[in-house]
Formats: sequence, structure tokens, C-alpha cells
Amino acid sequence: MYRYDAFDQRFLEERVAQYRDQVRRRLAGQLSEEEFKPLRLMNGLYLQLHAYMLRIAIPYGTLAPEQMRMLAHVARRYDKGWGHFTTRTNCQFNWIKLEETPDILADLATVQLHAIQTSGNSFRNTTADPWAGAAADEIEDPRPYCEIIRQWSTLHPEFSFLPRKFKIAVSAAKEADRAAVKVHDIGLYLRRDEAGDVGFEVLVGGGLGRTPILAETVRDFLPKRHLLSYLEAILRVYNQHGRRDNLYKSRIKILVQHLGVARMREAVEAEWAAIDKAALALTDDTIADFARHFAPPDLAPVPEADAAFAAALASDKQFARWVEHNTARHKVPGHAIVTLSLKPYGRPPGDCTAEQMDLVADLAEDYSQCEIRLTHEQNIVLPHVCRSDLWALWCRLGPAGLATANIGLVTDIIACPGLDYCSLASARSIPIAERLSRHLAAREDDIGELKIKISGCINACGHHHVGHIGILGVDKNGEEFYQITLGGSADQDAALGSIIGPAVPSAEVTNAIDRLIEVYLSQRVAGERFNDTYRRIGAAPFKAALYAPRPAREPAYAA
Amino acid sequence: MLLEAGAFCADRWRHLGDDEAVPEDETVTVSYARWTRERAALTRRNAPLGLRLPNDVAPLVLGEDVHRFAVIVLDFPRFTDGRAYSQARLLRGRLGYRGSLRAAGNVLRDQLLFMRRCGFDSFEVGERAVAENWLAAFDELDVFFQPGEDRMPWVLRQRRAVA
Repeated sequence: MYRYDAFDQRFLEERVAQYRDQVRRRLAGQLSEEEFKPLRLMNGLYLQLHAYMLRIAIPYGTLAPEQMRMLAHVARRYDKGWGHFTTRTNCQFNWIKLEETPDILADLATVQLHAIQTSGNSFRNTTADPWAGAAADEIEDPRPYCEIIRQWSTLHPEFSFLPRKFKIAVSAAKEADRAAVKVHDIGLYLRRDEAGDVGFEVLVGGGLGRTPILAETVRDFLPKRHLLSYLEAILRVYNQHGRRDNLYKSRIKILVQHLGVARMREAVEAEWAAIDKAALALTDDTIADFARHFAPPDLAPVPEADAAFAAALASDKQFARWVEHNTARHKVPGHAIVTLSLKPYGRPPGDCTAEQMDLVADLAEDYSQCEIRLTHEQNIVLPHVCRSDLWALWCRLGPAGLATANIGLVTDIIACPGLDYCSLASARSIPIAERLSRHLAAREDDIGELKIKISGCINACGHHHVGHIGILGVDKNGEEFYQITLGGSADQDAALGSIIGPAVPSAEVTNAIDRLIEVYLSQRVAGERFNDTYRRIGAAPFKAALYAPRPAREPAYAA
Repeated sequence: MLLEAGAFCADRWRHLGDDEAVPEDETVTVSYARWTRERAALTRRNAPLGLRLPNDVAPLVLGEDVHRFAVIVLDFPRFTDGRAYSQARLLRGRLGYRGSLRAAGNVLRDQLLFMRRCGFDSFEVGERAVAENWLAAFDELDVFFQPGEDRMPWVLRQRRAVA
């Protein structure tokens, strides 16, 4: 993984000192809250319902063990002993004191972590395929390009006051998109052209929020040496022409919709044609320098037959279930990509205690080549585990509450923090996730792959638009109701869910999801996942079941 | 008050309203609207001329005329409105403008370095800038990850030079 050099470290320490002075000026009254707000936001510090929340960037979701231990340290020393991993693969702490934030950032800087641009109207954390470097289906490791983008987008002088936030995702496996590329302001798929050269397909204008839109391709193939100049062209068009009069219409997706993708492409290409490309060109040497940081670990292929592993699978059903759901094939035979679930039944999705963080750091050192990844689905990946270590690894997960075998299943729910923490929320998300998880756990193997995503407001941090079942919290005269969408997907078959009908009251959500799942179970044909069935039979049967007359004691849905 | 060349100084330019007569021998700035209306008359003057460019005008429309101005004033109606950063880069990098480039409007201490990197060399600031020593803001960072119009070295190229 990427290791800072003297330039990176010097920059980060200067940045911490700069922020420390900004906090000092705020506490001394030299800066008004209005003036300080964008400064703290550029360091990921939000004022929430009960306290400050600090959002720490985990660039493209890659963490080293000592970095994970530092997050544990922050959780213990400055917070209440736990953190929360988000859909942008960041780590949030919810009970932070403003005057301690410079010290937190100084602590983080000792392990090359920061909170730069985890908020504000600028580039946010660039995300990537959590299986990068381990998946057999990738063209090449996308992370060197993510790191190049991270550096270029850090305190960019021209693009730090954009109309709105800006998110970039990179994947090298378009046929198995694990980075939700199409719901980003810019999405990049690594691909080969006819000559076999590697470059990028460039997509623009995706996003969720109150106007969900899937990104469209503006360029089929961009040679990789021109990555930064092309990004600059897109950003310059957006910075000049993106709307600034209405917060909800200021993302680049609205500009793309307004112009149409053809005119957007013309504008970007015209700007790009005029840019001095040499100034930002990535030479082969430069790309090689970055790629060296992400050299694949030296994993020896292991024979497929492994008597001890087979015996463990046969003797322990729980272990076999975990292997089935939480491990995936590694590109090196005999190794596995392991996902540790942060979705224990009936608990808040994405939360992680300091003790769990420390354990994950140990496990990464013992079994995964010192590498940890975070996923946009709020789980943790150990990307390089030898199959013969799986039993020993699994045995250490159970006591720490990390052995939940539910990856991709109905209890592997994404949820935003919602009204329990967030000042923007309309309704709570976490209790809904907890109730559904508890209720559905016993049947999850039978239900199979079904992604439920819950947002507590229209801003869609819980990605509800791209849930197979999406749940959106809305406020109706002070009461929490939930609007349900069906058929969304964030994967290679990306789609936006459709609203099925009137929102349901909080107490009815579990019952409503039950009814939807019953339709699927009764209608599915062999091998069909929930979305397959939904796409085949359409919304009508689901709608009929959900809104069928019910016993008088049950409350009616809101119209 | 202005911040220029590492010091605070008074503004020697007069900023003409659109209905004020244009003096023959005084350094004045005019609005972009006036420039487009009275271009012929304004170019006949001998005294230095400045232009106030709103942030929704693409600077490329100025073309070669850009070299007629001794100062171009770009506007930050709110400090969160960052359009003038792109205007500045286009004026410097694309049109080769070498006159003074001034940031006006809601100019705050913590944006000064961004502005300098985009090509601004003059900043309209309030009295508080002296008491709060805004000059120090330019020295808070000296590691940059992008090429800028201030021609400071940037990391991607510095690394290869070291290697």
C-alpha cells in the first residue's frame, strides 16, 4: 500500500499546524462560526445533533494495521470507544470536542491518516474496488490511480470551492463493479483499447441524493497518461457552469442533465483540447512509481486439495456457512478474500469498537499480508488470506463479535446514522436496520442475496435508491414514515429503484418487508435472486401484497 | 485596503461606476458591461485601464484584449463561490495575461493561498487583515500537489527530479 514520502509527511504536518491555528482563531473569536464552518468542514468536522463528528478519510478504503490501531486509539482517547465505517469508506467518530480536534489530527498524521476534504464542496475521498489487487477479474490494480487522484485533488487551489461536493470512484472490473462506480460524480473503469493499452472509460454525472441519476460515459477510452488533465477539464467545466443558486441542484449530475450528455461531452472535450496536457501528464515512470507501492504480495499458489480445511468444513457447520458467505476466490489459487461483517444481528450497521479494530489489525498482520480494506457496504475486507489459515482466523472472530456470516444476505444492511446522530435526518435509520436484521436473521439463507439499504433522509447516505429494497425515512407531521423502493442496484447492473407506493409508518416496516419477501419467495424460480424476480414479474404483485387489506388492529399506511 | 507583493497598501485605482464620466488621465477600472459597450473609446485613452469581470463571464471572450488591461478584478461575491479561481487560471494560463490580477469581494484569510496559486497577486482585504496578520497565510503550506499559475514546484515533478 501507499507509504508517505518526505513530501507527503511534510504537507500533512503543515496542514495540521494550519488547522490548529484555525481552531485557535475560532476559539479566540477571530473567526465567526460562519467563517470557520468551511474550514472545519475541509477537515471533516461536522456539528451534529449532540456533538461534533469527525470523519477521517480512508483513501480508497485501504488501511494498514498501525492505522487501524490509531483509529482504535482515537475511539478510546477522544470518543466513546467505538467508530463508524461509512459508505464512502471513511471512519466517523460521533462524540468529539472541537478543542481536541487538532490533537486528533496530529495523532492521525503520525500514521499517515487525515481528515482532509471528508466534507465541504470539494473532492471527497476517492473510492475503489475493495478487492483491488486480489480479484481475478481486474485489468490492473486501480489503487495507484486512486492515489494519484488523491494527491492531485488534495487542497486543489482551483477546485476547493466547487458548487457542491465531488466524488470519484475507480474500478478495474466493469463486469463485477464492487465500487458503485455509476453513482459517482466521476466514475472511472480501467479498460483496454483495441491495441491492448490500458486506459479509462470516463463516466460523469452519477449520484444519489434527492435526484438519483446514473453516470453516463463521456469518453470511451482515455489514455492513462492524460488522467489528470481530463479530470481538470471536467472540473473546470463544472466549476464554471454548475449551479450555485440551489443547493439541491448544484451537483454535476444536474449540469449533465441540463446540457445533455452530448453537450457535456463537447464542453469537456473542448476544454481538454485547450489544456496544456504536458503540464499534468503522467509519465510511465511516474505511474510505475505509484504502482510499486501496490506491488502484489508474494503469495505462493496452494494446491486446491487441502485435507485439514475440508475436515474443518465438514465438522463445523457454522464455519462452513461463514466460508460460503464471507470468503471469495483470490486470484492466487488456495487463497481467499475474506469479508468481516460489521452487521451483527440486531446491531447498528458499520459500527466497530476499539477492541474490534485492534483485533482486525492483529488479524491483518497474522493472516492478510498487513492489508485491510473497507467496503462501501460498510464491512471490512482482509484481502490476502491463505485458505489454510481460514479456520484459525475464524476462531478468533467469534469472541469479538466479528464472525457474522451474512455478506450479501438480507441482514447485510447499509444504513446511514440517521436521526440518532445526524442533524440533516428526517427519521431514524439504525433502529429500522436493527429490527429488520433481528427479524430476518433466521431466514437469511433461504432468502439469499438481497440488499436492503436505508437512508434517514433524502440525501441518501444509506444509498436507498440502489438497494434491491430501498428504505427512505421521511417526516410526516413529526412522525417517522418510510418510503420503499424496489429493484435498485449499485453493481454492474446498476439501476435506480422505483417507489412502490405510499410510505409506511415506522412500526409497520418489518411487516412490510416481510410481505415483499413473501412475494419473492413464492414467485421465484430456481436460481433467481430478489432483483431477478422483481425484474421478471414487475412491481404489481409486490404492490398488491404490500397494500393488501390488513386486520383492523394494524395501523393503516399513510397516504 | 490591498494586500500586494507581501505588504498592505492603499488602492491607487478608481473604480468607475457605469454612469460616471471616464477621465482621460486617471487609472480607472470599468465594468465588463461598460467595456463591451465603450470599447472603442476606452482603448483610445492613454492612462492605464482596469477591468472588473463578473464571475459568470468566460474570460476567453476577452481574447487578445486581455493585454490592454493593467489590472483585472475578479469577484468573489461569497467566499464559497469559487468560479473566479477558474477565471484566474484561464486568464493566466490560457490567455497569457501578465498584468495584475486582483481578488475582490468576500476575500478571507484562509483562501489567500488558493488565490495566489491560481494567479492572483492582489487582494482586497478589510482592516482586520493587518491586526490578524493575514500575510502569514501565504507561508502556511509549501508542499503542493498541483501545478499552479504561481509556478511553484509541485510534488509529482519534484519527486522525479529527486529520483
